[in-house]
Amino acid sequence: MKKILCFIALFLLIDAIADAGAARASEITVDLSEPIVKITTGFSGTDLLIFGVAPGEGDVVIVVRGPIRDEIVRKKEQVMGVWVNRRQVVLENVPSLYMMASNRDLNEFLPGGIAYTHQIGVENIRMTPAKAYADVEDWETFRHALVRNKENQNLYHWKPGNLVFLGNRLFRTKVHFPANLTVGTFGIDTYLIKKGEIAAYKTTLLNVRKFGVEAGIYNFAHRHSFAYGVLAILVAGLAGWMANAAFRKS
Amino acid sequence: MQIYLPIAEMSVNIFLILGLGGGVGFLSGLFGVGGGFLMTPLLFFIGIPSPVAVATEANQIVASSISGVLAHFRRGNVDIKMGIVLLVGGVLGSTFGVWLFTVLKGLGQIDLVIKLSYVIFLSIIGSLMLVESVRAMQKRKKKVVSKAHYHNWLHGLPFKMRFRKSRLYISALLPVAIGFVVGILAAIMGVGGGFVMVPAMIYLLGMPTSVVVGTSLLQIIFVTANVTILQAVNNQTVDVVLALILMIGGVIGAQFGAKFGSRMQGEHLRGLLAIIVLGVCSKLGYDLVAVPADLFSLGGGVGH
Repeated sequence: MKKILCFIALFLLIDAIADAGAARASEITVDLSEPIVKITTGFSGTDLLIFGVAPGEGDVVIVVRGPIRDEIVRKKEQVMGVWVNRRQVVLENVPSLYMMASNRDLNEFLPGGIAYTHQIGVENIRMTPAKAYADVEDWETFRHALVRNKENQNLYHWKPGNLVFLGNRLFRTKVHFPANLTVGTFGIDTYLIKKGEIAAYKTTLLNVRKFGVEAGIYNFAHRHSFAYGVLAILVAGLAGWMANAAFRKS
Repeated sequence: MQIYLPIAEMSVNIFLILGLGGGVGFLSGLFGVGGGFLMTPLLFFIGIPSPVAVATEANQIVASSISGVLAHFRRGNVDIKMGIVLLVGGVLGSTFGVWLFTVLKGLGQIDLVIKLSYVIFLSIIGSLMLVESVRAMQKRKKKVVSKAHYHNWLHGLPFKMRFRKSRLYISALLPVAIGFVVGILAAIMGVGGGFVMVPAMIYLLGMPTSVVVGTSLLQIIFVTANVTILQAVNNQTVDVVLALILMIGGVIGAQFGAKFGSRMQGEHLRGLLAIIVLGVCSKLGYDLVAVPADLFSLGGGVGH
């Protein structure tokens, strides 16, 4: 079913190429296989197809950013043989997820200035320590540790060449969202780079939300936490009573 | 089959959780213990965040102890007055425990404290049980009779109360203190605390063994219920989906365990349990002292 939908979408896009020339040349057409990622009971991660048409020739880089928040990074030190969290740094403006896709290695077509300004590439994300640190090198190790941990959790990911062109203008990439997603609004920025400059640019928004029972339980637990606790006990009481009744029979 | 846990915010295999619930349920039926002190570390091992594991396990224990206490009520093995006195201490202790838990969580030390508590308690209880069961096996051959309990300074404390069912006239401060300590353990470790309370009731209070288990279960129901509510309110870490799967597995496992256990000798059972407890303890202890794969870890978001 998904494949058929993608095929139809691609077909419509090929059709759109003809119009694209007539329309504004600086506009990239970008669309997603799904406008919303739904976290439901069976959710174990999902693949999102991002595809579009470039208005002209060039290289394409896509950046997917999760909602921004402050993140605590802790460092363990050995105290009497036991590893204990001793120091912590709070980093601000950390995207919960950061994925990139490009048709080839960024060094081959993207000038450092543009990458810096538009925060393209993990090293260009402007996450800053909440407090001013005199020792820049020291907090940089915390920053690297954050990126490394996020990579291990599959939340930060990039491999050059994971975006493919179908013909000259039509491009496509697949981004994998792991199960440990943060909900919220995700930004998908698509850049067309031509001769070291941004020839076209487009931002697409993606909603990641909990749905159905999952959303119900989560919201209930956070908004009416006392009632939630009482309900959890009632469920347990009922289960215990039923178990006892079953025991007695056997 | 994967299932997404709404509070833990992760995807787990439902059969793995059912299996864990069943396995620990089997052991708790077999050995006549609550199983919280085995289940919570196992939840850590499969990657459930420790605050969620502790709070959710408290919720599950409410179910298993209600089912247990009903059976003891029918046999008249519950000292309600003693249960209430223990409970006074238990509610105070568990409330203090959840407060401590929330503070430690903010400091980033909760993981360490939970695991250290486990290592300390499991190693003590495990070794005591092992020694005791080996002695019992030897005693069986020698037939030595031991004294029920001793009178000491603990019996000189004020606020004396009469507990008819337990045939005791002792200071109420003692059971309140025991309840308090067990309440703290319940809040921080996600256990019922039977493994501490039962020996304390027998050796410190001198209660008859017949009413000890039923009475401790009565106290555990309300203490874990208190922990469940307080954790839900303060930390939002009670995952009802996880708890429900664990309950289902636990009920089924306990049925088989109880049947299987009736065919084995008590001291052999305790010896076996001691070995399992020491095994879990060494794994937790090793993880604390071994060099971590990454010295840095993420402590979660702030004010998102």
